[in-house]
Amino acid sequence: MTQSGSAGQARIAQLLAEHRDDVLGRWVDEVGSSVRGRITERELRQELGELYELVTRQAAEGGGGAAAEELRPVLADLSRSRARQGFSPTETAISIFALKQAVFAVLEDATEADAEAYREFVLFSKVLDDLGLHTFETFAAAREQVITDQAESLLELSTPVVKLWDGIVAVPLIGTLDSARTQVVMETLLQTLVETGSSYAVIDITGVAAVDTEVAQHLLKTVVAARLMGAECVISGIRPQIAHTIVTLGIEFADIVTKATLADALAHALRESGVELVIGGRG
Amino acid sequence: MDRVPILKIGDILLVSIQIDLQDQSVLALQEDLAERIVTTGARGVIIDITAVEIVDSFIGRMFATIASMSRLLDAETVVVGMRPAVAITLVELGLSLGGVRTALDLEKGLVLLNSRGVSRTAKALRDLR
Repeated sequence: MTQSGSAGQARIAQLLAEHRDDVLGRWVDEVGSSVRGRITERELRQELGELYELVTRQAAEGGGGAAAEELRPVLADLSRSRARQGFSPTETAISIFALKQAVFAVLEDATEADAEAYREFVLFSKVLDDLGLHTFETFAAAREQVITDQAESLLELSTPVVKLWDGIVAVPLIGTLDSARTQVVMETLLQTLVETGSSYAVIDITGVAAVDTEVAQHLLKTVVAARLMGAECVISGIRPQIAHTIVTLGIEFADIVTKATLADALAHALRESGVELVIGGRG
Repeated sequence: MDRVPILKIGDILLVSIQIDLQDQSVLALQEDLAERIVTTGARGVIIDITAVEIVDSFIGRMFATIASMSRLLDAETVVVGMRPAVAITLVELGLSLGGVRTALDLEKGLVLLNSRGVSRTAKALRDLR
């Protein structure tokens, strides 16, 4: 803020300080009507009261002082919490813009509306516009963060590693496999192998819609990596169409054990790890 | 240059790699190991790489070299305790360590060698109890 800004806002600062309750009251009313029901009046009054102090100090200091620096983080916190509570960006920005109306109303009442006062008000409203835009920016960033977090947890949720038996784990894959997802599958599977000391892993692709060369490549990599660590992988749930695609694409699954169903794969892994299966239960 | 110690249990040689491997120590290890297999008449070699966090293609190839070398001397090699990150790196490097047997940990590696008829170690371990 320039020198003229600091000088130009003297009267506004005085006004803000003198008519604190009046302006703050109008401000709270204005904001309250836009966010009615979702924030209590008391909470709102406290939030805006804090902001009001800082705005007053900023106007007094002329925009370049310590208050201006304090104001931004407080405002950022406010818009972040609004973003998480599901307010729209407009409702968030109105929290700031409404102060203009409140100040203007008091300005009209309190002073002989001279040109000087209006000039000051324009300057002051410019500062507020700036702050409003800042809330917009923070709001957008916070929403972006929420989306990123959700995508991440979705990725983790969609790749569970389940224990089928002592020493046998399974990864049921559902949906579309892409590079990012396969990477997560690979990492979680290998990590689980280490943590549980399992020697067999079943990768079940029953729920995978389509297998292309890229997906097959990723599966092969996972199997080879598991083998390097000393665990064997069985790929199960290969549906007829997928078997057809794999053969048509000329993908070679080499010496990897593949089974049609998860049950077959489990039976295979049990047999390999030395568990005897007895049908009928009497031996 | 750090030398990797080679321990002998029964007729199995245990190599536990606890340091960041330099190319020089790898070459020294290969020589030492070949010599020890011959002098002890070992039937199996276990390379424990639980502590290894970083591998390059040179070290990856070393496992393969050691394996084929000890196979010539009639000893079976098992690499145990490879970390997920290391396994992923090796796969990305295109090294599949064909011919090298692997196990999740030292215990499973011993079981693997014992099931392969390296019976004297099993006996030695039993006698120890």
